[in-house]
Amino acid sequence: MAVMELASVSRWFGNVVAVNDVSMSIGPGVTGLLGPNGAGKSTLIAMMSGFLPPSAGTVTLDGAPVWRREQVYRQIGIVPEREAMYDVVTGWTFVLTNASLHGLADPGAAATRAIDTVEMSDAAQREVSTYSKGMKQRIKMAAALVHDPAVLLLDEPFNGMDPRQRLHLMDLLVTMGREGRTVLFSSHILEEVEQVAGTIQVMVAGRHAASGDFREIRRLMTERPHMYTVTSSDDRALAAAALADGAVSAVELVDGQVRLQAGDSIRFGTSLPRLARAAGIRLYDVSPADESLESVFAYLVGR
Amino acid sequence: MNTVIARLTLRTLLGRRRALLLTALPVVLLLLSLLVRLTVDASSRVDVAVGVLGAFALGTLVPLLGLIAGTGAIGPEIDDGSIVYLLAKPVSRHTIVLSKLVVAIAVVAAFAAVPVLLAGLLMVGTSHGLAVGFGVGALAAGTTYCSVFVLLAVMTRNAVVIGLIYALVWESLVGNLVPGAQALSVQQWALTLTRSVVGPDARALGVTSAVSTWLGVVLLVVVTLVATWVAGNRLRSLRLTNDD
Repeated sequence: MAVMELASVSRWFGNVVAVNDVSMSIGPGVTGLLGPNGAGKSTLIAMMSGFLPPSAGTVTLDGAPVWRREQVYRQIGIVPEREAMYDVVTGWTFVLTNASLHGLADPGAAATRAIDTVEMSDAAQREVSTYSKGMKQRIKMAAALVHDPAVLLLDEPFNGMDPRQRLHLMDLLVTMGREGRTVLFSSHILEEVEQVAGTIQVMVAGRHAASGDFREIRRLMTERPHMYTVTSSDDRALAAAALADGAVSAVELVDGQVRLQAGDSIRFGTSLPRLARAAGIRLYDVSPADESLESVFAYLVGR
Repeated sequence: MNTVIARLTLRTLLGRRRALLLTALPVVLLLLSLLVRLTVDASSRVDVAVGVLGAFALGTLVPLLGLIAGTGAIGPEIDDGSIVYLLAKPVSRHTIVLSKLVVAIAVVAAFAAVPVLLAGLLMVGTSHGLAVGFGVGALAAGTTYCSVFVLLAVMTRNAVVIGLIYALVWESLVGNLVPGAQALSVQQWALTLTRSVVGPDARALGVTSAVSTWLGVVLLVVVTLVATWVAGNRLRSLRLTNDD
């Protein structure tokens, strides 16, 4: 049972606050660290990896701090986001080198086992420089798993992977979680996280915005009020009709467009065309105004 | 000392462009020595040899090679982030620094100390122990330079530029010309060893140092040990972040 505990952790760089008073506990199973770019996910993972001291608060693994404690890496495996690896030739040599650096009794056997786990045996004798992004990610994963760590930390592991590679890595993470390992990975894509992670921690602008079961977070995200921008032959009449119907909760007229806020997006989608047709109004354009991840996250933070 | 780290370091140090940099200066030194051997007559060759071995070999070649080997042993890994694979291991940071330093010193021995010895032999043979004296001096200075430049590479990403300014301005210029500053020059400390090997003729031959022998040796040892220890300690606190 390896538990990573963050207590009131903050990290600032000069005047910029990257992580702001975050407390969370990461236990066995797969946890997804979700948030838009720049939310402080990498900074948080760097602190959990012992590569960065918190400016305030503590990061501990099973009660012992991770910063400036080399022995913690017997328990932690890290898959960094950066591509740079040792200037070694083959995937096999790379994983074997990592096994040797861990001082394992039988580094060769450990490397073979780790490479099998990520299904890279066929390509293990090839040069790392010939690998695709997904293969590099897998060989990095093998290197992180070579000492059979209880904790696995992955920074944006799905970045740049094709769908098949993504699926494979997802399976791998789920298996790791089932084996009782504490697996934490970061992502800015909700779909990735909800397919793999039992628990989600949401970070927005350095703050811990939400945590818990993905269904709960999904519900919070879909049930928030949605904004739509509409252009039509008669914006005023359309806005009045929609308000009277109850399909929208607020309207705003700006620059020849009408912005409608709907509490229930499905109802909005079915009633808007009906209302327009009834009033003889032509719809030119209907588009969601705030479907970017940032606005979804901003909503979560604002709650 | 960790042999896996040492092997990795050696591979990085001798890879591609760096190997060229490491060979260029020793080749120049040996060609220069050959030229001296062929063109300068025997009576004044000792004087010329002391000049070449002192100003060019010990004053420029050794600090530059120390810079290339010392920063090259750890700097590129910190720059490209691949040091993360080394740091995410239960290996003492002092062991990491020590392993890298040993390799850097071995490289300086091979690419600086040995060529200096050969250059000396080429120019004046075994006369006055000049070749061995400067060879020993080069090895001692190279060791200290390596430790200082490994520390510099751990402390700052501008290690090469700062090191270059130090090597060229301080060691080559100031260390050779300004009397007060000479006491703080690695080159002068190492020259005390050369002076001891050469023996009583040293002064007459122009092999001099600004410091006494025991002070030179103590400074070489102390600076090397302190720099190595501080580098290990700094590596423990090395911050690795990806701006996210």
